[in-house]
Amino acid sequence: MASDTLAGTPRTDAEISGLDALEIAGREKAPSRLRRLWSATWPKLAALALAIALWQAVVWSGWKDPWALPGPAPVFADLGHYALTSALWEGLATTARRAAVGFAAAVAVGLLLGLAVARVKVLRAAIGSMITALQTMPSIAWFPLAILLFQLSEQAIFFVVVLGAAPSVANGVIHGVDYVPPLLVRAGRNLGARGLNLYRYVIAPAALPAIVAGLKQGWAFAWRSLMAGELLVVIATRTSIGAQLTYARELSEATRLMAIMIVILVVGIAVDAAFGAADKAIRRRWGVLDQAGN
Amino acid sequence: MTSTTTTPRSATGSVALRGVTKVYGQGEQAVLALDGVSLDVAPGEFVCLVGASGCGKSTLLNLVAGLDRASGGRIELGEGVNPGLMFQEPALFPWLTVEANVEVPLKLRGLPRNERKARVAELLRTVHLSDFGRKRPHQLSGGMRQRVALARTLALDTPVLLMDEPFGALDAMTRDILHDELERIWSERRLTVLFVTHNVREAARLADRIILLSSRPGRIIYSTEVDVPRPRRIDSPEIAAIAAEVTDRLRTEVGRHGQ
Repeated sequence: MASDTLAGTPRTDAEISGLDALEIAGREKAPSRLRRLWSATWPKLAALALAIALWQAVVWSGWKDPWALPGPAPVFADLGHYALTSALWEGLATTARRAAVGFAAAVAVGLLLGLAVARVKVLRAAIGSMITALQTMPSIAWFPLAILLFQLSEQAIFFVVVLGAAPSVANGVIHGVDYVPPLLVRAGRNLGARGLNLYRYVIAPAALPAIVAGLKQGWAFAWRSLMAGELLVVIATRTSIGAQLTYARELSEATRLMAIMIVILVVGIAVDAAFGAADKAIRRRWGVLDQAGN
Repeated sequence: MTSTTTTPRSATGSVALRGVTKVYGQGEQAVLALDGVSLDVAPGEFVCLVGASGCGKSTLLNLVAGLDRASGGRIELGEGVNPGLMFQEPALFPWLTVEANVEVPLKLRGLPRNERKARVAELLRTVHLSDFGRKRPHQLSGGMRQRVALARTLALDTPVLLMDEPFGALDAMTRDILHDELERIWSERRLTVLFVTHNVREAARLADRIILLSSRPGRIIYSTEVDVPRPRRIDSPEIAAIAAEVTDRLRTEVGRHGQ
């Protein structure tokens, strides 16, 4: 039926699909999932083993007394005991709740601020560069002011977490919206996307990779701010992970102190890895993943 | 919906330009891109606009598409007609599958899901890409991507197709195939096509009428009907003869700027 209207169309359908097949041949080659997983995992495991070996070597060198710098074995043994106590899990719950609430608030503020600055020229001129400047302010330097304003309370912690993380999120949004290809915007408008629909169908998805990068960086700032806050703002009734770290130092429990540090490190890495996975999934969909799968 | 200078007319597929002028910038730096361009395109007509750089070909299409406003004159389209626009780049949304790309204009028009699926399947069949609906744009070749873009533009259900050097980045064999495909779809759907190119042979291969634009400012300086029966071949002597004639005119025009 395709060639009814024009007698003797010179191309056959076979010719078209043949050319298609030739042109996309060899575009897709996926190494097995297990192989990919292994090639991504073994360097990390090797680095971890090396770090622990180095730690053990320093301990054996006798540089510090074991009560100040315990070796990996007692620390991991204590981490095992600690994992069986309710102290760890209750502390983690308190800290995780603060992280979630603080980060969510930071994301809300960052998204709104970023969108406003990206859209409104005056606002960009006024505070565009200030947002970046705000990022260079060490979050711990906000705490004296936060404690004056909110005393030793969770509000003080949230205040600093939001100030620490929101600029990164906002910068991600601004960067993302700025670099939406103008051609895609024109195509979207021609296809009938105007006003809010243009944001929904074109600008938001096109800006997504940069926004996720902003969220990832924002999380790193939020987690650092939260830990600094929990060390300084100790609320006796809620023994968060940070508070327990302070107690461990006060009681000179070096093994517990290092066990808690490992917990903090692992949580930070786990959440960062989740953002990394999201970022990778997006880039795979877009077809901008490099050969090594990074 | 398009621009203030666009007035509706009843004949749906027709495009009329009445003394359309476009000035970029202001004061002493103002550049006159289009100077009083008047043109009548009949419904179902295939018109190729040919010109050297700076003749305002793309500007003209943007004005007709309503993506930019004319500085003077009028553009008349059929009532409720929103012309579809294709670019040299496919401009597909990389975050969507082929199917979802074609579906975007249908979603924006608020078609129900079942109807959308059926339309997408039909459109992909039209451009011979039924087996590739689940792929993402980066998994396809340049010619295939341009066919997806064509299907997406056809999803607008518009009688007027504006094409801005859509095959300029493709190799010769793929381009030949796409010429055949476009000609078939144009004739099946009785589309009005306004096709911009700097490739004179391509214009002679496709057009009912070739319009030559001058450069800086863009004015219509020459127009010729292509009376070669379809289907045509780009390498046929009749097409070559017409292309030679247009090329001579184009050279004279370009030479004028060298003095």
